[in-house]
Amino acid sequence: MKRVGKQTIIFENKPKIIANSAIVGPKEFAGPLKDFFDYRIIDDKWNEDSFEKAERKMLEFAICTAIRRSKKKLKNIDMLIAGDLLNQIITSSYAARKIDTMYLGIYNACSTFTEALAIGSVLIDGEYLNNVACATGSHFSTAERQYRYPLELGNQRTPASQRTVTGAGCSILSLEGEGPKITMATMGKVIDYGIKDANNMGAAMAPAAMNTLLAHFEDTSTSPKDYDLILTGDLGNLGSELLKIIMNNHGVDISKNHNDCGKLIYSDIQRTVQGGSGSGCSASVFNSYIIKKLNSGEYNKILFAATGALLSTVSTQQGDSIPAIAHALVIER
Amino acid sequence: MINAASKEVKEKYDKLVNEMTPKSPHLKNIIMAFIFGGLVCVLGQAIYDTSSTLFPNLSSTELGSVQSIVLIFITALLTGLGIFDKIGNIAGAGTMIPITGFANAVSSTAIEFKKEGIIFGLSSKMYFVAGPVIVNGITASVIVGIIYYLIDLIF
Repeated sequence: MKRVGKQTIIFENKPKIIANSAIVGPKEFAGPLKDFFDYRIIDDKWNEDSFEKAERKMLEFAICTAIRRSKKKLKNIDMLIAGDLLNQIITSSYAARKIDTMYLGIYNACSTFTEALAIGSVLIDGEYLNNVACATGSHFSTAERQYRYPLELGNQRTPASQRTVTGAGCSILSLEGEGPKITMATMGKVIDYGIKDANNMGAAMAPAAMNTLLAHFEDTSTSPKDYDLILTGDLGNLGSELLKIIMNNHGVDISKNHNDCGKLIYSDIQRTVQGGSGSGCSASVFNSYIIKKLNSGEYNKILFAATGALLSTVSTQQGDSIPAIAHALVIER
Repeated sequence: MINAASKEVKEKYDKLVNEMTPKSPHLKNIIMAFIFGGLVCVLGQAIYDTSSTLFPNLSSTELGSVQSIVLIFITALLTGLGIFDKIGNIAGAGTMIPITGFANAVSSTAIEFKKEGIIFGLSSKMYFVAGPVIVNGITASVIVGIIYYLIDLIF
């Protein structure tokens, strides 16, 4: 049995992340992680005639760049696992149209990236496939129009809101090659603590992050001090504070080595209120900043749990609360 | 069984979230709304006075229409240039409640959905933000009208 506890699976063959790429929008590039992003788009439309097409182009670019960097030929990439935030995940599926390989389209909102890595790792660890590309992306302008209001509407943002990251990231998993290894995955359950404010996603997702992290520590008999970094996806400033408090209530202190992609990507002066969110948030931060720190040896072992709020505009308008999920991975150098 | 937390856990968490979530700066918003709302009214009055000197033949009702049209034009122009949302972010209700807010709601939506086509995009989605204002505005005015009529009948 390659499983410990209830929710954690162990990868005996240790799939490696052999190549990465990330691309971000202008606002993200102006943030604190500027030096870690290799590519950016200069304007939000990237010479396309709609924001949706620009988002698709970013995802295609991230996938193609990662494949090129892996030094594998496209015909050797066995599968693409991708997801995004748009209805019917059109960004991923339309991007996959250009990549001549098997395709799994997945959706777990902003936690899609760790879900993709977990599925990819299972397929590689089981030796079903040799090379798998895992990619997700999101775009501020497409998410705004789908979930909220027109871009030019002169309304005020609420103080708990987060900004959807314009960005995409891709990791190539393989058994052959060099790179950080994925050693374990803890899949999350859908958790709902009854938060109904769609402008406060950090609060909705923090209990899901807690549930997955607690399950992981219990299953593997580890504690937060066994990791150099506990990285959550896009809880933002408020969600991260809430997570620390509710973890503390369960007797687990993560305040020393916790960080959050949504917190990292923007600076306080960028007026993004609580930080970044979106499936491109964890994907772009992980595939640039985090992976570079893993490769340089600053981090040796991290626990990466991206979080997702599984709501839609319909459920919000019907007054439903927001269910959330988090999937965690252990990544070792 | 669903993975929903028990009622006590939910209530406790809800309380924590309410404590932690920063509140909207109401006082600041109110002051800003007062200043910007006042500025919009001053601008409207300036347009009214200017046009009354430029076109002395117009009646006061017609001058009112001229004033509305000019304000709508300015808002639509600023919306198209991508400036109005930045003003609105500071002004809040100050630019949202006057006719500028309505003009912005319609023009921003029209720009946003142009890509989905003139008929099914722009035309059908144009009132998706402003529509509720019209529906409830008309309903409210009908109700007020009936009450006014009844009061008039009794006294």
